[in-house]
Amino acid sequence: METTKPTVVVIGNGMVGYKFCEKLVAKSKDFNVIVFGEESRIAYDRVHLSEYFSGKTADDLSLSSSDWYKENGITLYLGDPVQEINRTAKTVHSLHGMAIQYDYLVLATGSSAFVPNIPGVEKDGVFVYRTIEDLELIQSYAGKAKRGAVIGGGLLGLEAAKALLDLGIPETHVVEFAPRLMPRQIDDVGSKMLQYKLSQLGLQIHLNKNTSSIEGNGKIEALQFADDSKLHVDMLVISAGIRPRDELARLSGLEVGSRGGILVNEKLQTSDASIFAIGECALYNNMIYGLVAPGYDMAEVVAANICGGSKSFTGFDMSTKLKLIGVDVASFGDPFISEPECRSVIFEDTHKGTYKRINITQDGKHLLGGILIGDASAYNMLLQTVNNKIVLPPDPEDLILGSRGGAASEGAGVMNLPDDALICSCEAVSKGAICAAVTEQNACTIDQMKKCTKAGTGCGGCVPMVKDLIAGTMKSQGLYVKNVICEHFDYSRQELFDLIKINGIKTYDETLNLYGKGDGCEVCKPAVASIMASLWNDMILKQDTIQDSNDRYLANIQKGGTYSVVPRIAGGEITPEKLIALGEVAKKYGLYTKITGGQRIDMFGAHVSDLPKIWEELIAAGFESGHAYGKSLRTVKSCVGSTWCRFGLHDSVSFAIEIEERYRGVRAPHKLKGGVSGCIRECAEAQGKDFGIIATEKGWNLYVCGNGGSKPQHAQLLAADVDKETCIKYLDRFLIFYIKTADPLTRTATWLNKMEGGMSYLKNVIVNNSLGIGAQLEAEMQYLVETYKCEWKEVVETPELRKRFNHFVNAPVEKDPTVKFESMRAQIKAVEW
Amino acid sequence: MSLSESLEFQNVQSSVTGARIKWFIACSVEDVPENGGACVKYGEEQIAVYNFTRRGEWFATQNLCPHKQQMVLSRGMIGSHGEHCEPKVACPFHKKTFSLLTGDCLNSDDCESIKTYPVKVKEGKVYIGVGIETI
Ligand code: SRM
Ligand SMILES: Cc1cc2nc3c(=O)[nH]c(=O)nc-3n(C[C@H](O)[C@H](O)[C@H](O)COP(=O)(O)OP(=O)(O)OC[C@H]3O[C@@H](n4cnc5c(N)ncnc54)[C@H](O)[C@@H]3O)c2cc1C
Ligand code: SF4
Ligand code: FES
Repeated sequence: METTKPTVVVIGNGMVGYKFCEKLVAKSKDFNVIVFGEESRIAYDRVHLSEYFSGKTADDLSLSSSDWYKENGITLYLGDPVQEINRTAKTVHSLHGMAIQYDYLVLATGSSAFVPNIPGVEKDGVFVYRTIEDLELIQSYAGKAKRGAVIGGGLLGLEAAKALLDLGIPETHVVEFAPRLMPRQIDDVGSKMLQYKLSQLGLQIHLNKNTSSIEGNGKIEALQFADDSKLHVDMLVISAGIRPRDELARLSGLEVGSRGGILVNEKLQTSDASIFAIGECALYNNMIYGLVAPGYDMAEVVAANICGGSKSFTGFDMSTKLKLIGVDVASFGDPFISEPECRSVIFEDTHKGTYKRINITQDGKHLLGGILIGDASAYNMLLQTVNNKIVLPPDPEDLILGSRGGAASEGAGVMNLPDDALICSCEAVSKGAICAAVTEQNACTIDQMKKCTKAGTGCGGCVPMVKDLIAGTMKSQGLYVKNVICEHFDYSRQELFDLIKINGIKTYDETLNLYGKGDGCEVCKPAVASIMASLWNDMILKQDTIQDSNDRYLANIQKGGTYSVVPRIAGGEITPEKLIALGEVAKKYGLYTKITGGQRIDMFGAHVSDLPKIWEELIAAGFESGHAYGKSLRTVKSCVGSTWCRFGLHDSVSFAIEIEERYRGVRAPHKLKGGVSGCIRECAEAQGKDFGIIATEKGWNLYVCGNGGSKPQHAQLLAADVDKETCIKYLDRFLIFYIKTADPLTRTATWLNKMEGGMSYLKNVIVNNSLGIGAQLEAEMQYLVETYKCEWKEVVETPELRKRFNHFVNAPVEKDPTVKFESMRAQIKAVEW
Repeated sequence: MSLSESLEFQNVQSSVTGARIKWFIACSVEDVPENGGACVKYGEEQIAVYNFTRRGEWFATQNLCPHKQQMVLSRGMIGSHGEHCEPKVACPFHKKTFSLLTGDCLNSDDCESIKTYPVKVKEGKVYIGVGIETI
C-alpha cells in the first residue's frame, strides 16, 4: 500500500523542518515522508547552541534520534543537500544523486549568517556563528586567541560575545554599526544600561563603528574602521544578521523577495501551490521571522493543511528575551512607541543597573509594549498583558515596580489571564491547556507538565509562569497540598519521626526502602539524619553521607572551601589558660579569629585536612565541640549575674553553663539557642532565644520560642517563678516536643506560630501535662543527655574517621591548591567570589 | 595508594567507536564513602567521584561548582531527581543541584552545567575516563 500514500518531501532538517515532521506524523500516518538535510547531523537545538561551549555535547543538543525517524517511517538523508527542483516533473534531485517524486514539497532551508562584503573577510580567524561546525572551529581557534571581537551588537552578536568570554579569551570587543546595542529591540537609555552591565561582565562595546576592512597577513590582525581608528584582534565572529537560504527556490523559479526570502501567502504556499516554505527561509508579509516560535507556528499551519485542515499564519509576536547569562534583557510588544501616541512609564536605577519602560495607551487602559534591562522577571506577565489586551490596573507602574502595599500576588495575576492566553510560545500552549492538564491529567509538577503539554520544553522562558499556573489551579481545585518532606517521601517530618521511632529504624537506607522512593536527596537525607540523631543519638559520622555538609565535616564550610572551628565555651565563661590555648592553635594553623555573637570564639580558614589536628590540640587543652555546624544546641548566652553584678538576683552564669552542658549535642529540626539573665535588665537577651531564663525575686521565669534572625520575635512566658529543677523539667519536655513535631528547618518561633492553639496549647502540654506525655518526654531527653559524646573526640581518636578529612583521596597530604586568602587588619580573609 | 601509581594510565579500547578512552586510576573503591563523594587529583584538575552504592553506579564530575566557583562538589550530597530518578549532586554551598548524567543544573536556569566523566570499576580500583585517544 506504500505506493498509494502521497509523498511529502522536506528540504532542510533544522529546527523547523524537524518540528514539521513531528507535527505531521502526530496528525497522520498516511504520508510517505522523506527529509533531506545538508548538515550531517540530525536536527539540533540551535537556540541553545551556545551551551555547546559550556559542556553540552552535540548529542545533548539533538532534538531527536535516528530511531525516532525510523519508528515514524520517515526516510532521512543527511549530508545530502537538494540541488535542484524540477517543478514540472515534481521531483527533487540531491547532491548524491537521489531523485524523488513529491506530492507536497516543504522548504525549510533556514538561513545562513549574513557576511557583509568587507575586504578581508576570507582571512583565517574570521568566523560566523550558526552551526555546531562553526562552534567547533571557533573553539579550536580560541585557544590561541588573546583578543576577540564580534561584529554586530544584536541579540546573536551579544550571545556570541559572551561565548568568547566564556571560552577564556581575555579581551572581547563588540563592534556595532548603529548608535546603540540591540537596535531592533531596545532604546537609547536601555542600550546605555545594557552597555554598563556588559562592561561589568568584561565586554568592551564600540558603537557607531563602521568596519571598512579586516587587516592581517593571511590571518586577521586588526579591524580597520571608517573613522580611521583601528582595533587589534586575533579573532573575529561576524554576527551582522541572517540571510534566508532561498538559493534553491530562486533556481527553481519560485518568487523571492527583493531582499531575499521565499515569498509565501498565509497558507505558507510559495508561488507554486504544491511547494511550501516555513521557518527562517520564508518571507511573509515582507518579513523574515528570525525566531524559532514563529517557525514552529508555520510548521503547524502546513502540517495541518496537508492533512486537510485550513489554518492560516497571520504573523507573530517578535517579543524577545536575551538569554545571556548574567544580564536580563527583554523587549515586548511595541518597545519604541512614544508620546503622543502613548504614555511611557520609565523606571531607572543606575546603581543596580536596571531600566524598565512600559508604553501605555493614552487612556491608561492597555499596555502596548516595553523594555526591561537588568531585571526581566516581569517579562512573561507583561507580554501576556500586551498580547491579551488585558485592562491595566489603576496604577500601571506597579507592573514594573511591584505592588507596594497592595495585596495582589503574582500568582493571582497569572490566574486572571484568559484561557486562550499563549503561555508557551515555542510550543503554542495556552493557559487553558495547562490548567486542563492539571485538572484532567493530574500534571502537578513541571516535569509532568512538560510531558503532557510540551509547555516549557523550548526556550524555557515560560517555566516560572507554568509553575504559578500549576499552583494556582491546584489551589482553585481545593487540592490538598500535603506537607511532605520532598519528592522521595510522602510523609511529613512528624509522620516520619513516628515511623522511624516505632519501628526502631536505624539507617537512612532502611527508611528509604521502607517508606520512600527514588534515591533520596539533599532535603530528605539531612531531615532523616536529624530525626535519627534526635532519637538514637548515634555518632553522626556513622552515616556521614546523609549529613548536611557541615555535619559531615563537623565544621562550617566557608567561602573558598575552608572550615571554621568553634569550640564550646559554655555560658561564655573561659579561663585565661584556655584563651591562650585558643590563641596558640589559631596562630599555629594560621586561622582568623573572631568573637561571635554567641559569646564564644570562632576560628576561620582551616583546611579540611587540618581539622583533626586542630581538634586534637583543642581537646588536649580541655575543649569540646561547640556544634556550630549542627542543627543542634549552639550557645546558652549568659550575663555575669549575681557573682559580680550589683543587680544580679541569682547566679545566671552557673545556670547557663549547666543548661548548655545538659543540652549540648542534642540534634533538632533547626538550631537551638538559649540565654540566662540575672535580672529583668536582661543583659543576656534571653527573650530573643529559643528558650530564655530570667531570674526573679522568687526563682526563674522561663520564656520560649523567641528568635533573632530576619524576623525577630520575642519569646513568650511559659512558666513564672519556678525553681531550677522545674525549669529544667519544662525545658526537657518543651525541647523534645519541638523535636518531635516541627517541620524540617523550622525554628521554635515559626513552629509556635504554626501551632493550632498557640501558646495556650503549648503551655497545656508542657506545664499542665494535658497529653500525659510529660514523663515520656523527660525520659527521652534524659537518654540524649546520658548518651552525649563529643564527636570531635571520637574522630581524633579513631584513625578511620580521621582519614575522611582529606581534600584529595589520591593525594592525602596535599591541600586544596585553589584555596586563597587575602590579608586584612593583620589577619587572613577569604578572597571574594 | 601512592600518587605515582594513581597517575599511571590504562588504555582500554572502546568497542563502539574504535577510539580509546584514556582511563586514569583514581583510587580504590573503599576510598569513596558509600552513597557519597570524594575528590581526586588528576594533574592540575580536581575531579569529584561518587560511589552511588544505592544504584550500584559510579559517577564523576568536575569538583568545581560553577555557581560561585567553589571546589566542593565532592563534598555534596547525592540523590535522585524526578520520576526518572535522574542521579544528581547538590552543592553544599547554595544547594544548586546537577545531573550526574548530563551535568546540567537541575534547579536553576542560569547556572552553567558541569563536566561529567565516565567511570568504571575493575578489581577494586576506580578508573575515570579523562579523554579520548584516537588510534
Ligand atoms: C559566627 C556567627 C557570627 C559572628 O561572627 O558573630 C554566626 C555565623 C553564622 N550564622 Fe548566625 N552566627 C552567629 C550568631 C547568630 C545570632 C546571635 C546569637 O546567637 O545570639 C543570630 C540571631 C539569633 C537567632 O538565631 O535567633 C544568628 C542568626 C542566624 C540565622 C537566622 C536564624 C533565623 O531563625 O532566622 C542564620 C540562618 C539559618 O540558620 O538558617 C544564621 C547562620 C549562620 C551561619 C551558619 C551561616 C552559614 O550557613 O554559613 C554562619 C556560620 C558561621 C560559621 O561558619 O561559623 N545565623 N546568628 C555567630 C555564631 C554564634 C556562635 O557562637 O555559635
Ligand atoms: C546562536 C543562535 C542563537 C539563537 N537564539 C535564539 C533564541 O534565543 N530564540 C529564538 O527564537 N531563536 C533563536 N535563534 C534562531 C533559531 O535558531 C532559528 O530561528 C531556527 O533555527 C530556524 O529554524 P529553521 O529550521 O528555519 O532553520 P535552521 O535551523 O537553520 O535549519 C535549516 C536547515 O536546512 C539546511 N538546508 C539548507 N539548504 C538545504 C538544502 N538545499 N538541502 C538540504 N538541507 C538544506 C541547513 O543546512 C539547515 O540545517 C538562534 C540562532 C542561533 C544561531
Ligand atoms: S541582667 Fe542583671 S545581673 Fe545580669 S548584668 Fe544585667 S543587671 Fe546584672
Ligand atoms: S557555590 Fe555551589 S551552589 Fe553556590
